[in-house]
Amino acid sequence: MTMVDRCLVSWASTLTLFLLISQPLFIILLLPLWRCNLHVDNNLCVMEQQRTLSSGSSLSPRSPSPSQPFLSVSVTDPVKLGNGVQAYISYRVITKTNFPEYQGPEKIVIRRYSDFVWLRDRLFEKYKGIFIPPIPEKSAVEKFRFSAEFIEMRRQALDIFVNRIASHHELQQSDDLRTFLQAEEETMERLRSQETGIFKKKPSDLMQIFKDVQSKVSDVVLGKEKPVEECDPEYEKMKHYIFELENHLAEAQKHAYRLVKRHRELGQSLSDFGKAVKLLGASEGNALGKAFSELGMKSEILSAKLQKEAHQLLMNFEEPLKDYVRAVQSIKATIAERANAFRRQCELAETMKLKEINLDKLTLIRSDKVVEAEHEYKELKAESEQATKTFETIVKLMNEEIGRFQEQKTLDMGIAFHEFAKGQARLANSIADAWRSLLPKLEACSSS
Amino acid sequence: MMNHEQQPPILHASQDDGMESLILNDDDDSFPDHPHPLGPQSPNSPFNSFLDPPSYADAVFTSFDSNGHDQILRTPAAPSPSDYLHISVTDPLKEQDLATSLVPGGTTFYTYLITTRSNFPEFGGPGSEFAVRRRFRDVVTLSDRLSETYRGYFIPVRPDKSTVESQVMQKQEFVEQRRVALEKYLRKLALHPVIRKSEELRLFLEAKGKLPLAKTTDVASRMLDGAVKLPRQLLGGEGVAAAAAAAAASVDLNEVAQPARVGRDLLRIFKELKQSVANDWGGSKPLVVEKDKEFMEKKDKLMEFEQHLTTVSQQAESLVKFQQDMGETMGELGLAFVKLTKFETEEALFESQRVRAADMRNVATAAVKASRLYRELNTQTIKHLDKLHEYLGTMLAVNNAFSDRSSALLTVQTLSSELASLHSRIEKLEVASSKIFGGDKSRMRKVEDLKEAIRVTENAKVCADREYERIKENNKSELERIEKERHDDFISMLRGFVVNQAGYAEKMAAVWEKLAEETSAYSRDSS
Repeated sequence: MTMVDRCLVSWASTLTLFLLISQPLFIILLLPLWRCNLHVDNNLCVMEQQRTLSSGSSLSPRSPSPSQPFLSVSVTDPVKLGNGVQAYISYRVITKTNFPEYQGPEKIVIRRYSDFVWLRDRLFEKYKGIFIPPIPEKSAVEKFRFSAEFIEMRRQALDIFVNRIASHHELQQSDDLRTFLQAEEETMERLRSQETGIFKKKPSDLMQIFKDVQSKVSDVVLGKEKPVEECDPEYEKMKHYIFELENHLAEAQKHAYRLVKRHRELGQSLSDFGKAVKLLGASEGNALGKAFSELGMKSEILSAKLQKEAHQLLMNFEEPLKDYVRAVQSIKATIAERANAFRRQCELAETMKLKEINLDKLTLIRSDKVVEAEHEYKELKAESEQATKTFETIVKLMNEEIGRFQEQKTLDMGIAFHEFAKGQARLANSIADAWRSLLPKLEACSSS
Repeated sequence: MMNHEQQPPILHASQDDGMESLILNDDDDSFPDHPHPLGPQSPNSPFNSFLDPPSYADAVFTSFDSNGHDQILRTPAAPSPSDYLHISVTDPLKEQDLATSLVPGGTTFYTYLITTRSNFPEFGGPGSEFAVRRRFRDVVTLSDRLSETYRGYFIPVRPDKSTVESQVMQKQEFVEQRRVALEKYLRKLALHPVIRKSEELRLFLEAKGKLPLAKTTDVASRMLDGAVKLPRQLLGGEGVAAAAAAAAASVDLNEVAQPARVGRDLLRIFKELKQSVANDWGGSKPLVVEKDKEFMEKKDKLMEFEQHLTTVSQQAESLVKFQQDMGETMGELGLAFVKLTKFETEEALFESQRVRAADMRNVATAAVKASRLYRELNTQTIKHLDKLHEYLGTMLAVNNAFSDRSSALLTVQTLSSELASLHSRIEKLEVASSKIFGGDKSRMRKVEDLKEAIRVTENAKVCADREYERIKENNKSELERIEKERHDDFISMLRGFVVNQAGYAEKMAAVWEKLAEETSAYSRDSS
């Protein structure tokens, strides 16, 4: 399977090389494929390119202006590889872009779930303050079963994940994103393996954790019990909002999931009922028997419709809700990062003060340690300024992000609600039609 | 800081209805024809159905709302308005049983007020109305007596004496459940074209004071007589003569026809048992067999129907349960969104939040409405599919009637083989005595006794034959009766079920289409 893909990839690269030469012309020809307004229509774009990809046709009626830069990605074609415990799913990641740093208008790579996790972790490290799009959960149990539904849900979630990154004005500039979308599989594997292992943290992280613990202990010893926190009332409100929101959303998602299950159960029950009624009809034989048989058949038809709707409900209503929950959890992680940055800033400021006092003291007594102390002080000052800058960047970014987040979520949820309503209406109408169609037959039976 | 939900997620009536009304009260009530589930079909009002029997003719089946009434308004095939018998059971009272006052205070029991309205001539002509008080024991008596008198008929089965439930349930609940069951039972009796005219029922409904019906036609003292004579009867041989005389004295010919009761005629029970064993395991066929092929076919078909019906009934129960679950979950989803709406509205800092809160409110409204529709749908579905359960009850009555027939046949078979054996014994004795010169006085006496026994037995057999034929006739007429009723009942049940489902599905589609419209701005097909 990989060999075939490799052939395809090399063919594609040859083609893109050729096309690079005639790039301007080619872009004008290709652009009609991707109507991609990078802000509000993000999700519409995602769904649409999924549709065009799956339908096979590659032309959309609408085309953006030729000079507009775009980057769009699709995650497709999940394939199960490996055996038993080591089995995993590989996905085809197709990138279409006109960014100069990227290779050609189109590039296809093969990635697996842990690659996506790597990307997310890198972005989280580098872009503190930005709400990194959430990634579907790791699941040790379902992995074994790898049901078709699970695979599809994961694929959809990963596709949305990458596209959100690609349409974020800052994140799309990331080098790690480029690596993810363009690098060869071996490179990716190497990078991925650097992150694996129980001790995922780098030595510098471990040091930081150690320092944190140290400072906490010293705080307690010195009598400063409360950890240092911002006292921004608006920010407090926002934090409270996020934590409460997670609870509410989790509950809604739980019920949405149960609703899916109920659809399946009712469908199964209708099917069993239909079978039993058909048997009854067969044993009766006369007009009444026929009536029973017809009823049984309709029940079975409706059972199938219920199962179908259950799947739709899962993909288009429950999953978006789950995605919303994950997004909120991602924000919580950013909140934690901000708290860390704040603490660090405070600590450095304090340490700097102490060093300043010490330096003045040494200058006064004209010690020969002055030079050394000055040097240390300068270093510390630089660090402190850096920490302050980091913190302030986070604050600024978060303020921008929260507005964007709310808008995005209103849109996402609106779409989900609309699909939900359409699906339920469709189902209800099928049910009504099916039963109504039985009535003339019943009338005929009773008059006989 | 995360104060977890103050309201529990399960649907408590008051609180959640309050929340539901929060969303729904400013919507125009789009359900003006909203059928209140407990409205005109309240089981507590006894005067709904049989008041004006012909009114059902006006019911048109266009609106599904009226179809809940379908089966209640169905009148029996034959009776015209001038021939009704309406019974209601009300007002359970606790009374003391003063007779058994071994324990001070005595045992208590409940009595029920049985009110009858009828225009039968036997009850005193048109417009007569009267009431008596009866206890459950009386109902058992009535049921037993009807079973004896109307063998072969499909007599409705009475409610159970006492279940495990009655120990577990609260007394009030149990009494109420029994009251409902008694009413259903008496009404079924009133519907049966033959039994409604029975003397037993009339006495039960009319006779004031103590019920003037003996528990059974079996008198306790007979048991003693039978038991005393038993040892000699069992010995056979010498005792045969005495036995024959005793048998002649103690056997009431009409009662031969009745099924053997444990209290009397232990001998007869043994004989019939022997016969049935011989039927099943013996080498030779009995002298009389079930000949009616048409009956056998009908019976087999009916048994098959019953079997399938049981399965359908079980599946129907499951279906109702899952419909219920669906409605509940939909309601819970709606409530979760109500909370979300409230939350977002309170904490809104951005316009997009307010927009989202409005969207969620619409979703919540739709979900709660849908949940209510599911609940109503289910209440109606239960009513329709209840016919299935009722029918299974009827099958019990049918099985009883069929076993009446089998036991009557067994009596006939037993008497036939007894006759046959008596004849053969006479033959043997005559042959033996003819070989003795001058005759054999003792043997001749025995032959005389045997001939007397034959006479008695033949008379008994005539009775038994007549009874068997009678029962066969009853079976036949009853089968025809239920055949017609069954067809009508089930067609109306199916129609009710289907119309109900379709109607509620349409209402739900309307709810969801409204929501789709409200969220149409997000539709991918537009923009």
